[in-house]
Amino acid sequence: MKIIKTCLSAMISGVLIFSPAFADKWSDQFPHIKATGDISGDCSYEEISKKNYKGKTLKINTHAVPVIGQPTALHAEQFAKLTGATVDVTHTPAGDLYAKAMVPFKAGQSPYDIVFGFSNFINDWRQYLAPVPKKYMNTKEMKDVTKSHVGVSSWDGTMYQYPVDGDRHYLKYRKDVIDNPEMQKKYKADTGKELKVPTTWKEYGEMAKYFNGWDWDGDGEKEYGSAEVMKKDDLMFAAFFSRSVAYAKNPRTPGGFFFDLETMKPNINNPGFVEALTDWVEATKYVPPGGINFGLGDEIGSFGGGQTLFSFSWDDAFIAAMQDDSPIKNKVGTAPLPGADKVWNRVSGKWDNKYNQAPYIVWGWAVGVAKKSKVQEMAFDYLCFFSNGANHQADLAIGNFGVNPFKNSDFDPNLYIDTMGWDADIAKSYTKTLKDMEKSKNRVFPLRVRGVFEFTSAVATGTSKALAGQLSPQEALDEVAKEWEAIVKRVGKSAVQEDYAVGVKMEDNKL
Amino acid sequence: MNFKHKYVFLFPGLFVLIGILIFPIIFVVRLSLSGWNSYNGLNFIGLENYIRLFTDDPRFWESFIRLSFLSVTTVTLQYVIGFALAHMVWKEIKFQRFFRVLFLIPMMTTPVIMTVIWRTFFHESLGPVNDLLQIFDVAPKWLTDPTLAKITVIIVEVWQWTPFMFLLLLAGLLSLPKEPFLAAAIDGASPIRKFIYVTFPLMAPISIGAIIIRLIEASKIMDTVYVLTSGGPGTSTETSSFYIFIKGLREFQMGYAASMSFTYLIIMIISLTVIAKVLTKLLLKD
Repeated sequence: MKIIKTCLSAMISGVLIFSPAFADKWSDQFPHIKATGDISGDCSYEEISKKNYKGKTLKINTHAVPVIGQPTALHAEQFAKLTGATVDVTHTPAGDLYAKAMVPFKAGQSPYDIVFGFSNFINDWRQYLAPVPKKYMNTKEMKDVTKSHVGVSSWDGTMYQYPVDGDRHYLKYRKDVIDNPEMQKKYKADTGKELKVPTTWKEYGEMAKYFNGWDWDGDGEKEYGSAEVMKKDDLMFAAFFSRSVAYAKNPRTPGGFFFDLETMKPNINNPGFVEALTDWVEATKYVPPGGINFGLGDEIGSFGGGQTLFSFSWDDAFIAAMQDDSPIKNKVGTAPLPGADKVWNRVSGKWDNKYNQAPYIVWGWAVGVAKKSKVQEMAFDYLCFFSNGANHQADLAIGNFGVNPFKNSDFDPNLYIDTMGWDADIAKSYTKTLKDMEKSKNRVFPLRVRGVFEFTSAVATGTSKALAGQLSPQEALDEVAKEWEAIVKRVGKSAVQEDYAVGVKMEDNKL
Repeated sequence: MNFKHKYVFLFPGLFVLIGILIFPIIFVVRLSLSGWNSYNGLNFIGLENYIRLFTDDPRFWESFIRLSFLSVTTVTLQYVIGFALAHMVWKEIKFQRFFRVLFLIPMMTTPVIMTVIWRTFFHESLGPVNDLLQIFDVAPKWLTDPTLAKITVIIVEVWQWTPFMFLLLLAGLLSLPKEPFLAAAIDGASPIRKFIYVTFPLMAPISIGAIIIRLIEASKIMDTVYVLTSGGPGTSTETSSFYIFIKGLREFQMGYAASMSFTYLIIMIISLTVIAKVLTKLLLKD
């Protein structure tokens, strides 16, 4: 009897300790982590609370609220409470993050200890940032970061940006439509084709066009085909590259997706990219009214709010759709970006008529510590705390926080099933989609050369002219190529080549 | 007596003038002769930026033409509407004070916030404007059609800045002498003749001033375009200041942006001087 009692009490204690929604002393004080409580690690709440930064001030420049700005402010408040530090957070619109840090950097000043930006700023910023110290490289949290995201945060082996977010573009779709037998029957009857998760951009276009402009979910509102980031200068270049990788990233022709690394001739106007832009121009017919002016926020709101059948870009729209307050929670699915039945071979100058798919490990939020900061240790502690296990898991569950999976442990479907209430098959397909992208040998990484903004801005201008009907896709991309050649000339061919070689090494799986 | 020490009292003013006016202009000129960007410092590259601007950047000139169109159209509309409103509340009418304050409200609001609200109004799938127009079965593409997007920018600009024109013109009307109007009344002039032959000519100097002030302001249009369309669709609403902003603060081509700014400044000084002279000649014949 005594043995049974002992066993029972041990079991009850175990259940209480390991219960997913348990209360510990930290989650009592910080309700943000109530789902998990503190998770042990080098920068856990417990460990950070042992630091004393009383009388010290940490200055942070981050993005506007909510995307990344909100978690920055929240974790700053928590960090201040735990360590006694004063943390000043400045919020800046996305388009101004680069200049807000770069202007003082160039002038030899450092008004902020921590600067948030995008991972593709790395080449322009790295000379002003402190490399991540070995101590933090060896933390339990850092060891969990995926190889891709260590690569994205590093420059030729040295990490300058502290990983707090992981980004890639993938396809999101309305599972309740695509997997619906009635819809499948109707689609087959009307088009003669199968309704399934699209594996090519052509299929994506056909389905989006079919489901455009009518109420297919019976909510009394019209729905549309696709929500995409098409607004000029609002990350649209990334959306264009997502559509281009299938046609232009050929695994048989290593040596550069954006340029031919040997000659530094831009590939941007080759038939692969032109085909992608032609598809994109066609897409203006199946986006919601005003869709050609959609920025990322609009895309998240549109797909997350149940307005469209498809969407592709960062995780945020999918996470928004899967939040508890979403009308389409557990009605959405994920899949790799569509591919193409042909891919351009820039060596032979012909199309390879083989199916091709390439993941786009697009840039994401990145953050670094200024080399001239006088409180570097505190700054790194803050970043390590930002991305500790408990904060990270809690942040992942909130769509508009902009924090997406970048740790190997994020690919465990149970994380989403247990703490976020996702359906098991959705969680499994989500983690599989992400995991498969990590495994792919045909990935495209963001362009990270000197003056990267000049290149991406030229893409945004050219492609937006095509979307607006001002130029044909070929004319628009010829204009971009001409501009890219001029930029390469201005920056210096060997300098761009040297920078680009680092990215190509990653794409060619040599780093 | 030697009053040379009186010049000492000029120093504070002179110092401020140099600090806030002369130095920035000199710095912009110096910057424009450099290739300062994310990968170069304040080096010296001579006239390279200017050569690029005049020989290899049609986008700047296209944006300038677009700006001229938008400025002239918006200021003309603001003048006509502003004059009409000022004329209306100049006379003794019911709720005169209420209307005077009401007409000034748009100018007192924050342009960026108001533009965000206008953008919401004109949002093609969620905005109330198209919701209302659905009654007539039309759904204009306010922000995504190149022509309509220009019109939308004009509407927002006119709404925001007509009160400024209204204020200047009302002040002008209130300061007009009474005698010419009395003489016209004794002569039995109709209201239209009174307006054409008395009010309008008397208001000409004030009108010229108001138009020039508004043209200077309108030529700097940036926030409306930035928030409403980001210069799109394509480049159809991109103005010079927005283009300079992109080159300078988005692409960080500070040297090149400085050369565009300086060129733009020179062009504006010349064109506004010419416009002022032409208006003076047209409106102040006698």
